[in-house]
Amino acid sequence: MAIQEFVTLRLAHQLLGIPVLSVHDVLKPHKITPTPLAPDWVEGVLNLRGKIVTAIDMRRRLGLPPRKITTGFGMSIVIEYQGEPYSLLIDSVCEVLALDDENFERNPVTLDSRWRQASAGIYQLQNELLIILDVERLLDLDFSIAA
Amino acid sequence: MDELLTDFLAETQEAIDIVDNELLRFELNPNDKAVLDNIFRLVHTIKGTCGFIGLPRLEAIAHAAENILGKIREGKLTANSNIVTSILLSIDCIKFILANLHKTGLEPDGNDLKLIAELNAVADQSDNNNLNIHSMEVLTETAFTQSRQDYTSYNEPEASSKEDQAKLGTQNIRVSVDLLENLMTLVSELVLTRNQLTQLVRKSENSEFTIPVQRLSQCTTELQEGVMKTRMQPIGNAWSKMPRIIRDLSKDLGKKITLDLKGQDTELDRQVLEMIKDPLTHMIRNSVDHGIEKPEVRRLSGKSETGHIRMNAYHEGGYIIIEIADDGRGLNLAKLKSKAIESGLVTAADAEALSDNQIHKFIFHPGLTTADAVTSVSGRGVGMDVVRANIEKISGKIDVSSQEGHGTKFSIKIPLTLAIVSALIIESGGERFAIPQISVLELVRTASDSENRIERINETPVLRLRNRLLPLVFMNSILKLKDTPSENDEMFIIVSQVGSFIFGIVVDQVFDTEEIVVKPVAPILKNLTIYSGNTILGDGSVIMILDPNGIANIISQNRIEDENSQRNEDIQASLNNKESMLIFSAGNSTPKAVPLSLVARLEDVQTNTIEFSEGKPTVQYRNKMVPLLFIDQDCQLKSEGRQPLLVFNDGDLTMALIVDEILDIIETDLKIDLSNERNGRVGSAIIAGKVTEIIDVGHYFTRTFKEFLKKPEDRVLDLFAMPKSKKLLLVDDSSFFQTMLKPILMAAGYTVTTAPNASEALKLREDGEIFNIIISDIEMPGLSGFDFAQTVRESGPWSETPMIALSSLNQAKDIERGRLSGFNDYVAKFDRDSLLTVIDRQIKFHSEAA
Repeated sequence: MAIQEFVTLRLAHQLLGIPVLSVHDVLKPHKITPTPLAPDWVEGVLNLRGKIVTAIDMRRRLGLPPRKITTGFGMSIVIEYQGEPYSLLIDSVCEVLALDDENFERNPVTLDSRWRQASAGIYQLQNELLIILDVERLLDLDFSIAA
Repeated sequence: MDELLTDFLAETQEAIDIVDNELLRFELNPNDKAVLDNIFRLVHTIKGTCGFIGLPRLEAIAHAAENILGKIREGKLTANSNIVTSILLSIDCIKFILANLHKTGLEPDGNDLKLIAELNAVADQSDNNNLNIHSMEVLTETAFTQSRQDYTSYNEPEASSKEDQAKLGTQNIRVSVDLLENLMTLVSELVLTRNQLTQLVRKSENSEFTIPVQRLSQCTTELQEGVMKTRMQPIGNAWSKMPRIIRDLSKDLGKKITLDLKGQDTELDRQVLEMIKDPLTHMIRNSVDHGIEKPEVRRLSGKSETGHIRMNAYHEGGYIIIEIADDGRGLNLAKLKSKAIESGLVTAADAEALSDNQIHKFIFHPGLTTADAVTSVSGRGVGMDVVRANIEKISGKIDVSSQEGHGTKFSIKIPLTLAIVSALIIESGGERFAIPQISVLELVRTASDSENRIERINETPVLRLRNRLLPLVFMNSILKLKDTPSENDEMFIIVSQVGSFIFGIVVDQVFDTEEIVVKPVAPILKNLTIYSGNTILGDGSVIMILDPNGIANIISQNRIEDENSQRNEDIQASLNNKESMLIFSAGNSTPKAVPLSLVARLEDVQTNTIEFSEGKPTVQYRNKMVPLLFIDQDCQLKSEGRQPLLVFNDGDLTMALIVDEILDIIETDLKIDLSNERNGRVGSAIIAGKVTEIIDVGHYFTRTFKEFLKKPEDRVLDLFAMPKSKKLLLVDDSSFFQTMLKPILMAAGYTVTTAPNASEALKLREDGEIFNIIISDIEMPGLSGFDFAQTVRESGPWSETPMIALSSLNQAKDIERGRLSGFNDYVAKFDRDSLLTVIDRQIKFHSEAA
C-alpha cells in the first residue's frame, strides 16, 4: 500500500489535486503582465523572485466560466514543466491530503472529454471526488478543449 | 601574434606535456595499447595542425615521430628504450621549435634533416626485417649519440625561453563554454538586480545606500563587459572551414576560385557566431556553385579564368557587418521576375514597377527557393530563405546587390551580442512593452497641434515624414488591445525597418530606455513571433519584448487576408459581370475601352524616344524593344511632347497601343454588342452613357506577333442567335487569356465564371455550381487539363457537362489524349472563332441529347 500526498485546490467548486512533490510554490495574488495574442488561457507573465513565470488561467484552460471579477486574482500554484515554471491560477488552495493508492481509479469513460484529458485519475474521498490534474497535458499546446 | 597561432601554441604545449609523461609510462609498459594510442593521437594532431597553419619544420619532425609510433602500433616495430628515446628526442625538437615560435612567431631557421633521417631509419628498420631487431638497436644506439649532442644545443635556446614558457602556460586557460554561459546568466541576473536597486535608491532621497549602489552599479557594468569579452570570438573561427570548402567544391565543379578573407579578427559573441556559421557556409557554397562560372565561360565573357570570392567583416556601431561578394554571373533578373510572378508573389503588372534591387530580394522568399528551375538557371535560391530566417532569428538583416554578369554581393548586419540589449520602453493599450533599441530608426511625436499628423487614405493611416509616406500600424490593434485615446491626441510613432520595409508603429507613450537582459519566453508562447523574449524591469515587473520582425509578419498576414477578401470581392464582381474598363480616345471621336486587368501599365513617353524599326514605331523599355501599334489607320503619333501608351504583356511578349488620351477608369456592367465589321474590336458597349468601342487586344497581339495567334478567320457565327445566359466555366492559369476570352465569350452571350486552375474549378463543383459547358486549358500548374477532365468525368454533377480543351498542344496524339481524358472537343488556344463554333455545337448537341 503506497501513500501519496497531494495539494488540493478548488476550481469552480470542483476539488482538484496536484502531487505535492511537483508543487514548487503557492503564491498570493501577484501582479501579472499580460501577453497579448497568446492563447486566452495564458493570463500573462509574472516575476517570482527574479524568475519569469508564465501564469495559466485554469478556469479558461478547462473551459469553466470565468472567475467573478469581484474576487480579484486568486491564489496560484507554481509547478515546473520541462524546466520552465508555470503558475496555475485557481480559486483557492485547500489542505494537503495523504491518500492511499487503493482509492485511486481511472477516469470513468463517460467523463466529459475536456476533463478526461486534463485528469490523470480520480480519488474517492469520503464526501467528494478528487480529480488529479495531469499537469503535462494542461501545458501542452496541442491539448485543446473541445467544448 | 596570430590568434590562431596562440591557440595552437597553448594547445600543443599541453599536448606535448602529456606526450612526455605518457612516453615514460609507455617505456615502462610497452604493451599498454591505450597509452600508445593516446600518444599517437596527440602527435598526429600536432602534425595535422602544423600542416594546417603552415609550419613545415614542425610538421616534418612530428611526421617522423608519428611514423615510428604508427609502426609500433601496427606491430611492425617493438618498442624499447632506444625507440622511446628517439621519440623523446623528436619531442624535444618540437619543444624547441615551439619555444621559438612563441618568441618570434616564426619557426627557427635551419632544419632537422639529420634527426628526421635517423627517425626514419628507425622506422624503416621494421620494414626490412623483424628478426633484425638486435642489430637495429645497435644502430639506433650509435646514431642517437650524435643527435643527443645536438639536442643539448636545442636545449640551449630553450633554457633562455624558460620564462616565456612559464608565461605561455599561464597566459591562457581553457574554460568550458558551459561555465562561461553560466557566468553570463549570472551576470545577467546581477544586471537585473542592479537595475532594481538603482531604481529603489532613486526613489528615496539621501539614502545611505546611494554611494554603495553606485559603486555596485559600476562594478556590475565592468563585470558585464568583462564576461561579454570572454564570449567574444574572432569571426575567423567561423571562416576557418571556408578555404577547404571552396577548394573541394571548386575541384568537384571544375572551377578556379580564390578566396580573400578580410577582417578575420573582428570579434563577435560566441552565440551569434554559432548561429551564423551555417548560413555563411551555405552562402559560400552558393557562390561557388551558382555564382562563379566555369573557367571557359569566364574567359568568353572577358573575365579572368579564376573567380574571386571575398569575405569581409568589420564593426559598425553596435553591429558587425559581414560581406560575401563574388565576381560571378550575378542574379538573372528576368528569370527571377518571371519565377516570382509564376509563384504568385507579385503580379506581372507590379513586377514591372519593381526596382532591380527589389527583384533581387525575391531570392530570400521561401516560395521561390523550392523551385529548382530558378536555382539551376539564375543561381542563388535554394535555402536562401532559411539563411534569411536564421539571420533574422538573431535580429540580423541580410541584403543582396547584384549586377548581372558582374557578380553578387551579400551583406549581413548582425548585433554583436544577444544577451543584453538596450530597449525602449513603450506603452500601448494600457500595457508596457519593450522594443530593442536597434530596431528603432527614429521616434516621431504626433499630436493634432503638431506638424506631424497622422493622416488617413481611406481607412489606412499614414504619416508624412520628410516628404515620404510612412505606412503606420497601431500597436494596440496589432496586439488586439483596447483603444486608449489620449486627451490631446498625442501619440508616438516608432519608425522601424524590416528588410526594405519601413513602417511606423503607433504607440501611446514612450518612456526611457533601459538595459535589459533578454530571457526567452516560455515554450507555450514560442510560436508568437511578435515577442523576441521577456525581461524583468528595474521596478520588478515583467515586460514583454516586441520583435519588429514579428510585427511586420503580422502586417503582411493581415494584408494577405485583406487580399483574400479582396479576391472574393473580385469573384463576386465577376459574377456580377462587373468589369473595370479603361476608357481612352484614339483616332476618331468614339471613346474606346479595354478591360483594365489586361493592361500591364500605362506609359507616357517623350515623342523623341520613339524610334522606327523597319518603318514601324518602337520604344525601348528595359533593354527590350516594344513595338507600338496604331489602333486604326487614322490614329497618329503626337508630333511633340509626350505620347501616352497602353502597354500589354503576355508572357514574354510586350506591345503597346498608341492612344491620344487616357480618359477614365469605369467599373461597369459589360454588355457588349458584338460587331463583325472591324478587326480589332470585340464590339461596342454603352459605358457611362456613351457608346464605346471595346478593343480586342488579342487582335493587336496577332498583328505584332505571328506566333501569338493563327490567322484569324472571318466570324461565321450569328452570335445574337445564341441562347442567352448559358453558364460557362473557363479554367485557365493565364490571367491574360482569361481576361481576353472573357469579354468575347460574354459578348457571345455566355455567363462566364473563371478559375485559375483545376483545383479552384473543382472547388466550384463542391460549391454546387452547375455549368452548361466547361472550357479548360491543358498546361496548368497542379492538375493538368487532362487530369482535370478525368476527375470531372469520374463522378459528380459535372460528369455529363460538355468539356472543351483549349491548348496550344494540337498534335494528333494530344487531341487523342484529350478525347480519352473526357474532353468532347479540342480547340487550338488562339483560334477564338472556332472556339465559339465549337462551344455552340457542343451545347446544342448536349441539349438535344438531353
